[in-house]
Amino acid sequence: MRPRLRVRLGRLELKNPVVTASGTFGFGREYADLVDLSRPGAVTVKSLTLAPRSGNPPPRTVETPAGMLNAIGLENPGVEWFLAEGLPFLRQRRVPVIASIAGETAAEYAALAAKLDRAPGLVALEVNLSCPNVARGGLAFGGDPVAAAEVTRAVREATGLPVIAKLSAQVTDIVAVARAVLEAGAEVLSLINTLPGMAVDVYRRRPVLGNVFGGLSGPAIRPVAVRAVWQVYAALRCPIIGMGGIMTAVDALEFVLAGARAVAVGTAHFVNPRAAEEVLDGIERYLVEQGVADFNDLVGAAHDGG
Amino acid sequence: MSAALLVEAVVLRTERVAPDHYRLVLHAPEVARAARPGQFVMVRCGSAWDPLLRRPFSVAGVDREAGAVTLLFRVVGRGTALLAGTVPGDALSLLGPLGRGFTLPQAAEAAAVIGGGMGLAPLLFLVEELLARGCRVRVLAGARSRQYLFVPEPAPGCEVLVATEDGSAGRPGPVTVLLPFVGPEVRRYYACGPREMLRAVAAELERRGLSGEVCLEERMACGVGACRGCVCRVRRGEGMAWAAVCAEGPVFPAGEVCWE
Repeated sequence: MRPRLRVRLGRLELKNPVVTASGTFGFGREYADLVDLSRPGAVTVKSLTLAPRSGNPPPRTVETPAGMLNAIGLENPGVEWFLAEGLPFLRQRRVPVIASIAGETAAEYAALAAKLDRAPGLVALEVNLSCPNVARGGLAFGGDPVAAAEVTRAVREATGLPVIAKLSAQVTDIVAVARAVLEAGAEVLSLINTLPGMAVDVYRRRPVLGNVFGGLSGPAIRPVAVRAVWQVYAALRCPIIGMGGIMTAVDALEFVLAGARAVAVGTAHFVNPRAAEEVLDGIERYLVEQGVADFNDLVGAAHDGG
Repeated sequence: MSAALLVEAVVLRTERVAPDHYRLVLHAPEVARAARPGQFVMVRCGSAWDPLLRRPFSVAGVDREAGAVTLLFRVVGRGTALLAGTVPGDALSLLGPLGRGFTLPQAAEAAAVIGGGMGLAPLLFLVEELLARGCRVRVLAGARSRQYLFVPEPAPGCEVLVATEDGSAGRPGPVTVLLPFVGPEVRRYYACGPREMLRAVAAELERRGLSGEVCLEERMACGVGACRGCVCRVRRGEGMAWAAVCAEGPVFPAGEVCWE
């Protein structure tokens, strides 16, 4: 018998626990030739802003040990384009979509949430409270429990969709931020966003990235991300989508056992466009091999007393 | 352009063609069939997570009957060093062909093909396709020194002029010293090489009223337009925009690129 993979995170129900991470899978269409878009539990699209954003000057990416830095700067074609073209494309392929949203003020986040509220095909909103690559908004909200809660509450009041808050591990007390956004109406947490970092070109004697700082992703950050999931789950037992350097099913299972009810595959797509479906297949194989009938039985199982 | 493929390629040959320069011939029949000049492939350089990202390489030639794809590269870091160490029979994950290639003329006409250094790689493939269409091709090839000069095999309809910075072959100086040899019969040009070279080529030839295409290079992560990492500044309508070199390029109309 095939193991049960369906998961529920608050009101968000997914046919399986593997989703794509925002910013690493475009709007799905970029990978449509290479990947069966209907396989992941959901596709999380690149963060949307009210107006189109042109992003940061290049270079925008650089490889680092077992990882990469990016400073894209939330380049995106804007929410109107998404509603007119991006979302219908995915809806036609029956892909459940999580829309990631980013703003410079709580009011902008709320306006985005209102515009997306009744969009067919959307299953949740992910509030990006942790982009390290923009001057205003992003990490400025996610780093502070009060500001993070204010944005979350504004989004919550503007939409009937399940609200996911995406947090950074670049904080003194991630549990405090997590608690604040849950109290403000988030039903799910995405843990974690990229970690701020930088690289210097020693021959040019200048920072490599046009934006100086970038967000570190890839296997290099995985232990930090697993720790964040563990801590938050231990304190709050809330629904978590775990992410940060997941390349394989074994990587994903670390997050699950630490407390994540779903996982997101991100940077791995650049290495292997089929990473999400391979992670999903690997999780299913693990369940069969280990004789686990329901994926949900693994969630948080590495904690004492499950 | 046809859809990108994700395939397991097998190394047929890895040859050192100059100090730190290699030719890698891969068996990848579907990619060989689909690739067009100017397109590129993303190659995984090992099986571990470090180095992490695929490396982009222009397709330098294909043998569709043998199912072979040729890449030409310089060792610049850990990824390319791993590729230089491959041996026949090794498997490499190949993603491609990717991007928009050169626009080939509908009818036989005269074209100038201008390349500097590793920029000659995609042009070798282009010259083959132009000649196959009956075009007359004048190749202007530049390099640091004679040993780094990668020029097409001699063929009817193809004339090769060379320049080297150390004067070891052809005219001394950068490839731009050859621009006066782009004759009045030439209808279009194609160029690839360092950015400064492309800027100088485009400035001179556009001034002469010639339009052409340039093949750009950028750091890439995804290769398919998803991450928006490899952007360059282009003119769009009245304004400027960032274009993804991987998906909207790597070949752009020279007049569209903002060189500043």
